Amino acid sequence: MSTTPSGAVVATRRFGLGARPGEVSEAAADPRGYVVRQIGVTPVQGAADLQSSDQIIQRRLRAGQELKALAGQQSGSDLSDDANYQALRQIVRPAAYVQPEVSERFEAGFSSDNPLIERLTYFWSDHFTVSRLKGSKVTAVAGAFEREAIRPYVYGRFSDMVLAVAKHPAMLFYLDNDISAGPDSRVGQRKSRGLNENLGREILELHTLGVQGGYTQADVIAFAKALTGWRVEMAPGDATGRFVFVPQWHEPGPVEFMGQVYDQPGMEQAEAILNYVSVHPATARHIAGELAAHFLQSPPPPALVDRLSGVFLESDGDLAAVTRALVTDDASWQAPPSKVLPPFDFVVAVLRALELPPSELPVEAAAALFGQRTWGATSPKGWPAEDEIWASPAALLKRLDWVETVVPRAGDVDPLARADAVLGDLSEPTRNAVARAESRHQALALLLMSPEFLLR
Amino acid sequence: MTDEFDGRLRRPLPRRRFLQTSAAAAAVLAFGTPAWAEQPERPRLVVVLLRGAVDGLAVAAPVGDPHYAEMRAGLTLEDGIPLDGLFSLNPSMPGFARLFADRQAAIVHAVATPYRNRSHFDGQDVLESGYPERGQTDSGWLNRAIGEAARRGGPQPPALAIGASLPLILRGPAPVTTWINEATTRSSPGTRERLLDLYKQTNPSLAEGLARAVELDATARSDAELKATPSRRNGFVEDMRVLAAFLRESSGPSVGVIDSDGWDTHVKEGPQKGRLGRLLAELDQGLLTLRDGLGPVWAQTTVVVVTEFGRTVRMNGTTGTDHGNGTLALLAGGGVAGGKVVADWPGLAPGSLYEGRDLQPTIDTRSIFKAVAERHFGLDGSSLDRVFPSSGSAPPLPRLVT
Repeated sequence: MSTTPSGAVVATRRFGLGARPGEVSEAAADPRGYVVRQIGVTPVQGAADLQSSDQIIQRRLRAGQELKALAGQQSGSDLSDDANYQALRQIVRPAAYVQPEVSERFEAGFSSDNPLIERLTYFWSDHFTVSRLKGSKVTAVAGAFEREAIRPYVYGRFSDMVLAVAKHPAMLFYLDNDISAGPDSRVGQRKSRGLNENLGREILELHTLGVQGGYTQADVIAFAKALTGWRVEMAPGDATGRFVFVPQWHEPGPVEFMGQVYDQPGMEQAEAILNYVSVHPATARHIAGELAAHFLQSPPPPALVDRLSGVFLESDGDLAAVTRALVTDDASWQAPPSKVLPPFDFVVAVLRALELPPSELPVEAAAALFGQRTWGATSPKGWPAEDEIWASPAALLKRLDWVETVVPRAGDVDPLARADAVLGDLSEPTRNAVARAESRHQALALLLMSPEFLLR
Repeated sequence: MTDEFDGRLRRPLPRRRFLQTSAAAAAVLAFGTPAWAEQPERPRLVVVLLRGAVDGLAVAAPVGDPHYAEMRAGLTLEDGIPLDGLFSLNPSMPGFARLFADRQAAIVHAVATPYRNRSHFDGQDVLESGYPERGQTDSGWLNRAIGEAARRGGPQPPALAIGASLPLILRGPAPVTTWINEATTRSSPGTRERLLDLYKQTNPSLAEGLARAVELDATARSDAELKATPSRRNGFVEDMRVLAAFLRESSGPSVGVIDSDGWDTHVKEGPQKGRLGRLLAELDQGLLTLRDGLGPVWAQTTVVVVTEFGRTVRMNGTTGTDHGNGTLALLAGGGVAGGKVVADWPGLAPGSLYEGRDLQPTIDTRSIFKAVAERHFGLDGSSLDRVFPSSGSAPPLPRLVT
């Protein structure tokens, strides 16, 4: 497996979601062109019934208040048979929002003709992790976060994505900025609330500069103070559920951040800091390293990191330019496949290879079983880049168990023909294993678990 | 507020929840009381597909053949159970031996479909389609037989396949259904073994991981087995138990199809103590579990056990056998005219072998199928011809079913 992959394999796997039958031959004619053509293409997502984050927050808040009122009116009596009570409980449940989002994510991956934007969305969504482990407030809007703050910006400016993320309710909830008050703000003074550094620190450490980015603890505190007042409107009204700057929570006065004084009024103070760190050379290196590690290999090739970092800086963080540099770099077309497909991507790749719609299978449970619950990372750092974890012994066997139950649903597929249609070049051992299998189903299971399919 | 995520319980495979008990089976399969529930004598048919090509000579060994010891060197049976003057049964199948002695089991030997090449996929296509060649149809003979029966005798209950997929033998216009047994959704030992072999050749770290996981799984499994009842020990036996529960119902299916994998014994065949011996023991236990589960219905049941083709007569260089032709079929149940091995024995002399290597087939598998279909579905000659096109050379085998 240490040979250079074919162009079609790079195009459909390293920068794609795994081929659907026909996609390999489509990409083979001009593999780089196949990928480059997708840059900037941002198809509208299919499901129109998904709600925006402010709608979701409004609905849940309103239903929560009605539930409270109902419980107050009928205190002591059993409400479990009350239809209105049950309906309200359904509205409050975060699963009501996150489940359709997860389904749509699988569906979009399964059916996409522009897999690059899906892959970039997964990458950036992981880079700016929010996790439903935080609780129902984040869970309910985790899918909306990806649609609103990530996906629209993957070919835009990095600084715009950083700003959209930092102002999104999901992130404000996830990293506690909605409860962070400036010590000298009116709220801080009156209600003995204080500063929470969580969002400020993670923006610097994880989202922008990186842990070696040259900032100090004092800078974290200064930035966290600048971010106070960035909240989510929870009072009833038209703006409920949207980002809001609340001066009463904001720490008054200038802050000194990385040797520079920021004395802008209100919200502009933190915006100015975000704009500064978004185009910082440390950020360029950090992002370049993560991109290379995600798409090529971990640890990333230093020369590629240098080149991507250079493009990032020259273009002021134009992510279309950075993406173009990544997918046209010779290193991207030469590195042997070494990245284990994460569970979500693996499930999607299997669905595409077998042409099995995700609606017919418990796909989310499968990905969770393999270790990756969608929007369920265990820390703000997201899923590990050292992805051997995905090929842990137990996870590997779970994948095989699952694959063997799924392949019968594909019907009578000719395994070798399908191998050529979705992978192209097969190693001799894999070709033999598929050809000599006991049954078509076994042959397909071996194909989908082969190193060629597991790695990209 | 806690996160109420419960994705694992959400959106289950619809079929998994389909039926939980045999009582529910009756309700769901029947939607009221169907015509067939009023026929207490209604026969049952079970087809067991052994995938991977069974070494028939290691199941019922022609120990009386003068060339047996020489040609089967390395694979001969010790302590075989004598069936008649020529054949002994593999001692891993004591249950089948008892059924045979009670005339509730029979063997047809030197059997093959018309297919003479050696690809598993194509061989299974021919076996299940009932056509003389592969790729001629998208339907299976069993489905077409059910269709013919409905045309002649009125509605038939939907046939049932155990497993996620519908095997070709049951595909077609007649109504059928499938059942996945949740207790048995592990990958098969054969597939695990092959994948491990592939990893060893291509990616040592994947090989190491998979080997470790399989080992742990085996440990966890044997620990669980200590606490479980014997019938839960493995997938096939458990599937047979479930199949029996469905078939026993007065309004349940008349036809069941069940798969068993892992018979492709190229390496270390182990006809008695090894891999094949274990598979045969499992098959044996499965047949007894089916009989016990069916209770009185066993008397009107026919079980047909078939495989896509046989294996080489001689042992290969890795103490196994390679893809061949002639093999055997097993029959069991109260519907079988049992206690005999039916064969037009071609002999194991080197000159008698097909292409110098395989047991020469002398009975067409379709002759067995046609005998069973004739009896079970009450089909006449023209119906049988529609079910098995171009099968004039393979008349129903006489005196096989009661």
